[in-house]
Amino acid sequence: MLAYTVKRLVLAVPVLLGLTVIVFLIMAMIPGDPATAILGSYATPENVARLNRQLGLDRSLVEQYFIWLGNLLQGDFGRSFNLNRPVIDEVLERFSATLVLAGAALLLCSVFGLIAGVVTAVRQYGWTDKIVTFFVLIGISIPSFWLGLLMILVFAVWQRWLPASGMFAIYGGGDLPDLLRHLVLPAITLAVVATGVIARLTRAAMLEVLRQDYIRTARAKGVGETRVVCRHAFKAALVNVIPVIGVQAGFVLGGAVYIETVFQWPGIGRMLVTAISTRDLLLVQGGVLVVAASYVLFNLVTDLLQHLIDPRLRT
Amino acid sequence: MSGAQAAAGAPAPAAKRRSGRPSALSLFARNQLAAFGAGLLLVILLLVLLTPLLPLPDPAATDPVNRLLRPLAEGHLLGSDHLGRDIFSRLLWGTGVSLLVGLSATSVAAIFGSTIGILAGYFGGRADTLLMRGIDMLMAFPYILLALAIVAALGPGLLNALFAIAIVNIPFFARNIRGVTLGLANREFIDAARLSGKSNVSILLTEVLPNVLPVIVITVSTTVGWMILETAGLSFLGLGAQPPAADLGSMLGEGRKLLITAPHVSVIPGVMIFLVVMSINLLGDGIRDLLDPRLKSGALARPAPFTAVDRPVSQLAAASIQDDSVLAVEDLRTQFRIGSDVYRAVDGVSFDIQPHECLGLVGESGSGKSVTALSLLGLVATPPGRIVGGRVLLQGRDLIGLDAAGLRAIRGDQVAYIFQDPLTTLHPLFSIGDQIAEAIRCHRPLSYKEAWAAAVTLLDSVRIPNAAGRAAAYPHELSGGMRQRVSIAMALANDPTLLIADEPTTALDVTVQAQVLKLLDQLRSRSGASLLFITHDFGVVSEVCHRVAVMYAGRIVEIGPTEDVLSAPAHPYTERLIACVPRLGEPGRRLEAIAGLPPAVNHLPPGCAFAERCPHAEDACRAGEISLDGLNDRHLVRCIKPRRAAS
Repeated sequence: MLAYTVKRLVLAVPVLLGLTVIVFLIMAMIPGDPATAILGSYATPENVARLNRQLGLDRSLVEQYFIWLGNLLQGDFGRSFNLNRPVIDEVLERFSATLVLAGAALLLCSVFGLIAGVVTAVRQYGWTDKIVTFFVLIGISIPSFWLGLLMILVFAVWQRWLPASGMFAIYGGGDLPDLLRHLVLPAITLAVVATGVIARLTRAAMLEVLRQDYIRTARAKGVGETRVVCRHAFKAALVNVIPVIGVQAGFVLGGAVYIETVFQWPGIGRMLVTAISTRDLLLVQGGVLVVAASYVLFNLVTDLLQHLIDPRLRT
Repeated sequence: MSGAQAAAGAPAPAAKRRSGRPSALSLFARNQLAAFGAGLLLVILLLVLLTPLLPLPDPAATDPVNRLLRPLAEGHLLGSDHLGRDIFSRLLWGTGVSLLVGLSATSVAAIFGSTIGILAGYFGGRADTLLMRGIDMLMAFPYILLALAIVAALGPGLLNALFAIAIVNIPFFARNIRGVTLGLANREFIDAARLSGKSNVSILLTEVLPNVLPVIVITVSTTVGWMILETAGLSFLGLGAQPPAADLGSMLGEGRKLLITAPHVSVIPGVMIFLVVMSINLLGDGIRDLLDPRLKSGALARPAPFTAVDRPVSQLAAASIQDDSVLAVEDLRTQFRIGSDVYRAVDGVSFDIQPHECLGLVGESGSGKSVTALSLLGLVATPPGRIVGGRVLLQGRDLIGLDAAGLRAIRGDQVAYIFQDPLTTLHPLFSIGDQIAEAIRCHRPLSYKEAWAAAVTLLDSVRIPNAAGRAAAYPHELSGGMRQRVSIAMALANDPTLLIADEPTTALDVTVQAQVLKLLDQLRSRSGASLLFITHDFGVVSEVCHRVAVMYAGRIVEIGPTEDVLSAPAHPYTERLIACVPRLGEPGRRLEAIAGLPPAVNHLPPGCAFAERCPHAEDACRAGEISLDGLNDRHLVRCIKPRRAAS
């Protein structure tokens, strides 16, 4: 297991480098001259040329990439000209808020998706199955940003049960219960789509597994049906569902962009949207890189988890 | 056509055989949903196409006096927004824009993604590696994040949002299409086209493309809803459509600021996005079911834990007969109902097994021998299986119709099974020691540790070397013979009175077969258990069975002591089966195949089911029911003119 972990970590390095190349290329695609953008259209050509030299923009693209990569590795993601603070500081601060939200959503969608999938598989074609399947259909078709608005309207405006926005109350908040109260609506909203997808695939995986010979063997041994479903079938289905959860983690991280905007959550998604409209490109670049890198690492974790469950992958 | 379907993965034949297709009702319901989706989408499309012709206010005409009117206000069906613009008009125009952008993004993604996929799959090698590594990199990004980065670079705008969403979706197409193309590239018809001198371009266009088209259509139908949702999302964030242009997303985004004072401004466009996406998803599911047989097989019913029993009431009250037999099966009938067809897999089977006795149950595949064995403890998959008659008396107690708890208490305790292929019948994710320990703990109140120790002892008794160490091994780490020994150890875990071995040696090498057979015979005689031994091999029968029953088309056609049946088979079918067995030391003997195939058990002829293949058949054989009659008190045969050799 340790050897495999090390191997996967080593294999993640080229992927991470690939991410930097893609981000670098996207940013190089940008039309216009950054120096002019910074100095404004009244800048003299000499000043523009000097700034270009300072920024290293007069070098070849490959050179620029390696200088940029070297800086990244030293934690230098540049400065956000809008916020006038190092990009890395802003990004890490915002990303921790996103992690709280996305983590809660991922937990919710995994738990409820798996439960719904198992229940619908066991009660195939029954009423529970039909009702859950109906909600799954709604879940995967509903725009999450609209659902968020509805949630605010119903649970924060009409029924004043929960706060509509932010991560903490402005006055007197800041503790864990306060955070949880603010977390409920956005986390549920963010989890809805992924719950639907996970439930669907878990149902399919369970139905497939329940037809296998080894399930018949378990029943022939006299194993109780609850145990057959929860232990024998679920574990086998989990092997197929874990990669799906990994993929959904990507959708949850991405979907956080909408949810953070709707619920004014001070996370990296909202930061990115603001940064795009103010054309604070270094901030966009840093944010995208950090989120993408963390997603690569998360996929690594799901991969290891799968290895832990399935002994066939270990040999 | 066949190419793509085959590459998409045909359902495993074994799985197909065992479980039923979804009922006509559920298929209808599914189609109904798809039809509903198609209808809804059609209505929306019609509205959008007719929008320019409808007498609607200009969607951009502002009217500050009549701002934020509620729905159903005069002149404004759905009210007006913060600038007094008519929401209904804007909604229809916006829907048009959203659909157009979503469909364009899908087309761009489909064209580029499929091209990459086809090229990578067809040429393989370095081109494949290079293209797919690039695709992998794109997929390493969380979905929307990459779109954001692209929009950040290109600047906000509807067209840029379209490109961003299209680029982000290219990997899905590239991956799916590459997989299918890869399967096609090595097929005979592609080779033939190459040999006939066709150029790569013409092969790709005339041979490959038509075959991958269904997969492209499936991928489109499953991603288009998502892409409409995402482009609307970018507009919602203010990164897509820029005012005064509006799509559904930007309407929602603008209306958001008025959520508390005028919720309808943002709620209405949201409803529309939801309806569009849902109708497309429903239709997409329908298309996928239609084109992808593999996914349709996923709709198969799951087998219930116990076979359904549908037995005439008259048989319930019948008193148990007290005799010495361990098992007495009386007129057992098990059917499979698939659609309107009824397959009589077991059609009135009766036999008994005495203490310490081994009864062989012999027949070709499909003769009903396995279904007979599985029916005994209700292990036939329902649906489509169903026990419709007969009794199974275990030491005088009728097992059919027994409640779940009663049946479960017997399974693996008094009666234990050994199945054919231990690779598929042992759970791949649990260690063998754990699986045996579980079998023990189902019936005995032992701690896990004690049960594990017992499992090691059992593994030792089936001669697995280093049992204590091997107990922690997983099934895939053992050889076929070892795995079957594990199955035997598991079956013996609770000292059963009856062992049912369903072709336990068929999946093994010949030398291993002999070892396993010998072991099974030794263990059986040592434990004193009775054995129902199912096989298609008369050679095996002669080694272990005291008596043998021959099955054909769901019925026993001959039953008697092994020596009698082997030396003087009375039924022509038995005779032919025995002639199929090669004998050592008789290399010159001709092995006779039985002409023809066993009949399908859904349309059995009246009279003898073997008549069609029988060299001695005459008209009387096909006339009517033939009973199982005794040649002597132990040897019975279902034939109107049993072979002379019997006398």
